[in-house]
Amino acid sequence: MTNEEILSGLAEIVNEVAGVETSEITRDKSFVDDLDIDSLSMVEIAVQVEDRFGSKVPDEDLANLRTVGDAVDYVAKHT
Amino acid sequence: MTPPDVVVTGLGATTPLGGDIASTWDGLLSGRSGLSALTREWVDRYELPVRIAAQLATEPAETLKRVEARRWDRCEQVAVIAAREAWQHAGLGDDGVEPERLAVVIGTGIGGAVTLLEQDDLLEQEGMRKVSPLTIPMLMPNGPAAYVGLELGARGGVHTPVSACASGAEALAMAWRMLRAGEVDVVVAGGAEACITALPLAGFAQMRAMSTRNDEPERASRPFDTQRDGFVLGEGAGVMVLEREEFAAARSATVHGRLAGIGTTSDAYHITAPEPEGIGASRAITAALRTAGVEPSDVGHVNAHATATSVGDVAEAAAIRSSIGDHPVLTAPKSALGHLLGAAGAVEGIATLLAVRDNLIPPTLNLDEIDPEVKLDVVAGASREVELHAAVSDSFGFGGHNVALTFTQA
Repeated sequence: MTNEEILSGLAEIVNEVAGVETSEITRDKSFVDDLDIDSLSMVEIAVQVEDRFGSKVPDEDLANLRTVGDAVDYVAKHT
Repeated sequence: MTPPDVVVTGLGATTPLGGDIASTWDGLLSGRSGLSALTREWVDRYELPVRIAAQLATEPAETLKRVEARRWDRCEQVAVIAAREAWQHAGLGDDGVEPERLAVVIGTGIGGAVTLLEQDDLLEQEGMRKVSPLTIPMLMPNGPAAYVGLELGARGGVHTPVSACASGAEALAMAWRMLRAGEVDVVVAGGAEACITALPLAGFAQMRAMSTRNDEPERASRPFDTQRDGFVLGEGAGVMVLEREEFAAARSATVHGRLAGIGTTSDAYHITAPEPEGIGASRAITAALRTAGVEPSDVGHVNAHATATSVGDVAEAAAIRSSIGDHPVLTAPKSALGHLLGAAGAVEGIATLLAVRDNLIPPTLNLDEIDPEVKLDVVAGASREVELHAAVSDSFGFGGHNVALTFTQA
């Protein structure tokens, strides 16, 4: 899977969970500071990421995924 | 120094009769029924004896953003919808009151029961990881008040009275106390409930508290009628914006009426059965008149709690006769709205205030033959024009809670 495909899949998940427009969801955006996503929504996103990409995100790793780019790279490395 | 008077400057609701105040009040005045057949698949699956309900006229998702609908339990959704309407109606805008001088009090009977049941199903069927991280904020009974408080930026306190079917009225009573004590300038107060699902219906049905007139949904809720056989479960929310009179006057707000006095008592009689002579209810009404400085002879109207149970309706009638007399003209809105549980007292308080404002009392539906034990004038057939100075709204709840509210002209 390409990074673009991961980004587009992740954007759909973030849109579904938090209502952020998919066009807003770019690599450099911070989940908390730019997209206003709270820790509860991050847990939902992690569950859906696992369902969609098969990459399990343990809590200690989830806490380190600060930006959308961090999440894309994490999925690319763990699928 | 006399305590400040409490005025009502904003109203909001979403009910089985309409998605806002105008449609709800018009529905009550014109004698429409909000009751209908319940056609959900679980009604058949569990062979529920009750197949009727008073469901919202407007689905919350129609007016909420998609993510709001996704993140909020239905009980929270209706609370926010009603609060938004009330806030807009009051015209307070973004900076009409200091956040520290604004409080929220939204009562509920059981809060996010639907979420609790749905998430338990998910846990059972799909395991721990499928349980939503929003489960707790969705099911907690203070969720409706908390979301309204977040939305309005209220920092003067957010509270949730839980007293079963008296919760909505108790929220208004608590708001009155906070304003009279000078704690805040504005309180957004009311009640919310949305739990039309299998388990609550099964539980109430097992108590034999509900009507099973399944073939005639619109005829099922029959307060004060000889053929009454219990209440019909409803859902909805009602919210008022209440202010200290001086605060409302200083901003030249339109005042729709006054919450002039309140009374709250408890029966200490039985966990669910009403005390049959209505002594606790009578004391609550008397207190609501005394705190309002209103004489029984001034009360022209009572909006009755009247759920259409055999004991409750006549106990309430006895309480009204002993505390006020046999002159007030009654209406029983649950005949049209169903029983909104924790929202009932708030929605019915709004109806009482509007009756005083408009000098119009809505009809009680399905009152074909009044129970001879009632011995009071109950409006039936069509709404009635009556010049009103003061009116009382009664609310009672499982647990022996009695709340009475006195509303007077602006």
